[in-house]
Amino acid sequence: MRRIWAILISVVFLYFFLGTYFPTLPKFGNIDMYRRVSFDYISKSTTTSYQPVEYKKSKGLEDGSANVVTSIVVNYRSFDTLGEVTVLFAAALGVGILANIKKRRIEFEEHKVLSVAAGMIFPLILLFGAYIFIHGHLTPGGGFPGGTVIALGVLLLMLAKNEFKVTDVAKHTEQVAGSGYVLVGLIGMAVVGVFLANFLPTGTIGNLFSAGVVPIVYSLIGFKVGAELSSLVSDMREGDKA
Amino acid sequence: MSKLVEFFTNLELIDWIFYLVGGLMVVFSIFAVEARRIFDSVLALSAVSLLSVLLFIVLKAPDVAITEAAVGSGLASAVMIFALFRMKAGEKK
Repeated sequence: MRRIWAILISVVFLYFFLGTYFPTLPKFGNIDMYRRVSFDYISKSTTTSYQPVEYKKSKGLEDGSANVVTSIVVNYRSFDTLGEVTVLFAAALGVGILANIKKRRIEFEEHKVLSVAAGMIFPLILLFGAYIFIHGHLTPGGGFPGGTVIALGVLLLMLAKNEFKVTDVAKHTEQVAGSGYVLVGLIGMAVVGVFLANFLPTGTIGNLFSAGVVPIVYSLIGFKVGAELSSLVSDMREGDKA
Repeated sequence: MSKLVEFFTNLELIDWIFYLVGGLMVVFSIFAVEARRIFDSVLALSAVSLLSVLLFIVLKAPDVAITEAAVGSGLASAVMIFALFRMKAGEKK
């Protein structure tokens, strides 16, 4: 009976989706982005008149990051990102409280090939994660994916070596980075007058040192998310003696 | 019936990719619901998010693709499998 209901509901949804919603969609790749709202974000000018933006040449733009998503997430809607980081912290806190109730540590069988290969690959994974969050304002990615990649590297070490443990350094890193984000916001309030405002010069678009506070904030988020997710996975593994 | 034939003759390569990957995602999702062992369900869910990464790349959303590959198919499955081990260790006592 349960399956019949599931099939009925999914068929009804599929019928409405294919019959009503799908024909209204424009053909893939044919949307004129120029006339959409995102034009305001692509030209990076929400207050003054539009001017053409040229890669590696334009200087002193409103927001100097070459990545539209980043300029929305860390510059125009930075307060939302602060809330998102807080939500992640609350989730990690909940896991840390619930996972440590009178359980033994999860042990794996050590494998020689895995433990040797993990030692060789781990620095490369760290480098890749750091690359993703340092270049967050130039290339796709940013603090959250970069931090998650670093946490995955820590997970690989955890699977490879039984004696590996995430120490308290991870938690201290997370606290320092999280308060650093708020500190950047407070400095912006002191200099410009708005919380989390971009108070540094934006520089030339496309350079590594450009876009004002965006690389700083994304590096802080990368450290915070990496340390947080590492300690989350470690909390799931360790017992109540952790 | 002729409408259906027309629909399949008008498909381009990118549409074929969409329907193939989407169909595989549906199959894996049904497998995740119907599997006997929870471990298999977790693996199938991981496969679903790995396939959705392909769709995100085709739709030109590399940000979401990186995040989905790292979180959806990597970390979330690891956390779920750890939780599963925990539950099994609790049952034995």
